[in-house]
Amino acid sequence: MKSSSYWAENIRLIVICLVIWFVVSFGFGILLVEPLNEIRLGGYKLGFWFAQQGSIYTFVALIFWYSHKMNQLDKKYNLEEDEQGE
Amino acid sequence: MDELKLYTYIAVFGSFALYFAIAWWSRAGSTEEFYAAGGGIGPVQNGMAIGADWMSAASFISMAGLIAFLGYGGSVFLMGWTGGYVLLAMLLAPYMRKHGKFTVPEFISDRYYSKTARVVAVICLIIASLTYIIGQMKGVGVAFSRFLEVDYGLGLAIGMIVVWVYAVLGGMKGITYTQIAQYCVLIFAYTVPAIFISLRLTGNPIPQLGLGSTLADGSGVYLLDKLDTIVTDLGFKEFTTDNMGGSLNMFAYTLSLMIGTAGLPHVIMRFFTVPSVKAARASAGYALVFIALLYTVAPAVGAMARLNFTQTVEPATGQQLEYAERPQWFKDWEATGLLAFEDKNQDGKIQYSANQQTNEMVTVDQDIMVLANPAIANLPNWVIALVAAGGLAAALSTAAGLLLAISSSVSHDLMKGVLTPDLTEKQELFAGRVVMTLSILVAGYLGLNPPGFAAGTVALAFGLAASSIFPALMMGIFIKKMSGTAAVSGMVAGIGVTMLYVFQHKGIMFIPGTEFLGDLPENWFFGISPNAFGAVGALVNFVVAIIVCKFTGPAPAEIQQLVENFRIPKGAGSAHNH
Repeated sequence: MKSSSYWAENIRLIVICLVIWFVVSFGFGILLVEPLNEIRLGGYKLGFWFAQQGSIYTFVALIFWYSHKMNQLDKKYNLEEDEQGE
Repeated sequence: MDELKLYTYIAVFGSFALYFAIAWWSRAGSTEEFYAAGGGIGPVQNGMAIGADWMSAASFISMAGLIAFLGYGGSVFLMGWTGGYVLLAMLLAPYMRKHGKFTVPEFISDRYYSKTARVVAVICLIIASLTYIIGQMKGVGVAFSRFLEVDYGLGLAIGMIVVWVYAVLGGMKGITYTQIAQYCVLIFAYTVPAIFISLRLTGNPIPQLGLGSTLADGSGVYLLDKLDTIVTDLGFKEFTTDNMGGSLNMFAYTLSLMIGTAGLPHVIMRFFTVPSVKAARASAGYALVFIALLYTVAPAVGAMARLNFTQTVEPATGQQLEYAERPQWFKDWEATGLLAFEDKNQDGKIQYSANQQTNEMVTVDQDIMVLANPAIANLPNWVIALVAAGGLAAALSTAAGLLLAISSSVSHDLMKGVLTPDLTEKQELFAGRVVMTLSILVAGYLGLNPPGFAAGTVALAFGLAASSIFPALMMGIFIKKMSGTAAVSGMVAGIGVTMLYVFQHKGIMFIPGTEFLGDLPENWFFGISPNAFGAVGALVNFVVAIIVCKFTGPAPAEIQQLVENFRIPKGAGSAHNH
């Protein structure tokens, strides 16, 4: 039972991350690029910036946030792996 | 010997000496070290090695050139080749690390309790990896012949020997440590010229910020606005909005590259080298940091190269460059045939335009942009020498990773797993080294005599990985009941649809004349180009597998137990043998 609620929490985290992943790249970078290009970020048009810069920064942050949350989750359910003797 | 050549020799051979020294120091003694570096690589080091493994000659040399000429459309490569790591970190890597085997086909065979599935995976892996290596070997040959002016074949042979020494000797362990050094060389070689150019054009040393800054010429105009103006004046599409045949095509293209990235076996197997599940998750993050360093600089390199190039041939609107006064780099690249001028109206001036009738720059090869960029921007010779060493590091590190993926799938999956299961560890290690040597020879031969379809097959490699391997792995982890029969049906359907689509537009087995629908945008399904079709193939794979599973019943209980087990980190050991 313990491991199934661990898995459910993991799935919830993955869904949150993948929604953000989708919105910054496919959403802001491709589908909504035209309206966003009306807004400027210095010399960048905002949609263009998301497609060539912003989405990549967000991807990096997402992976670190996810691994941080998963480490907490492993602890909470006491499912951390055994210490390696190497 | 001139100064540039001397610097280039020092940079190239100095870096080779470093790779050899590392290989000798970290040679592999066991199959565990050979396939998975003994499972003892930390996440930061592993991330750096993945970065070098991933960033090939294509990323280093071609990508910025593509962006220079595609503009906003080039974003599909930037997002596609980085977004896949998010999928890897959350959907595949930690669970496959927990399962703790050496290769991707081995995971598939355990999860789907089927040797057929394992053999199908080995075939996909070998096709995808071999087509990739051809490109790397060509890159090595070109870098040598352009910068050191040695024969293309000799350059290729030197590259083969270098890879052979450290890959065969060191296995995964040697390759990993060498790749860390290669990452440092390639990122240094990529960013230093970019910093110089950004500083010169905008006064801002950080290329990512320089691209969004105003020009340093005192006009107060933003760099990207200036670029938009000068390219539209020549009749080209606006740089920041040119969208490569529409949003749907860009959407499908990006998705195919992302799924393909997450499904490429030579990347996945890097996650077997870390000591824990926790480290596997972190590795993906560090890998993307190191990859992003290059990928966020690339758009600046591309845009600035386009600006410099265009302003060289047309210094101001309506004021064209006299052909007789062209700069030295122009002449150098004309000699290679990658840059060509034809004086159509016989006025001795260069008319550069999007109009095919009047355009006099008849050839401008995209691949020369990164290599010619330092010369176009008048940078010192040692910077140009560095670029040569960086290009070689990118090509060699990727080739080594691919060779390891091929040799492990043949010696471990095909020989030990299916054909001759009673192989001892020592024999298996020997077989792995023999297979690797043979693969280097095959790759070298194909690099010397590149098949006509080489360019098309890279797209096929991503299509295969996206439509077969990724869905099979993901369903294996997230759908506990998914059965072997259903997964194999899905893989076959996914590959089938993708190959059919590629072949009908590009020719059966890429043989010209056999394409029954022309390679024209009008014939594309909803305007999706063949390179972007892997995403559709993946969708077909998921749907077919789920339907077949409904009708043929779920996986056996012990397999469902296995899935339960690799979903949690507890109880992981290092990657081990049977």
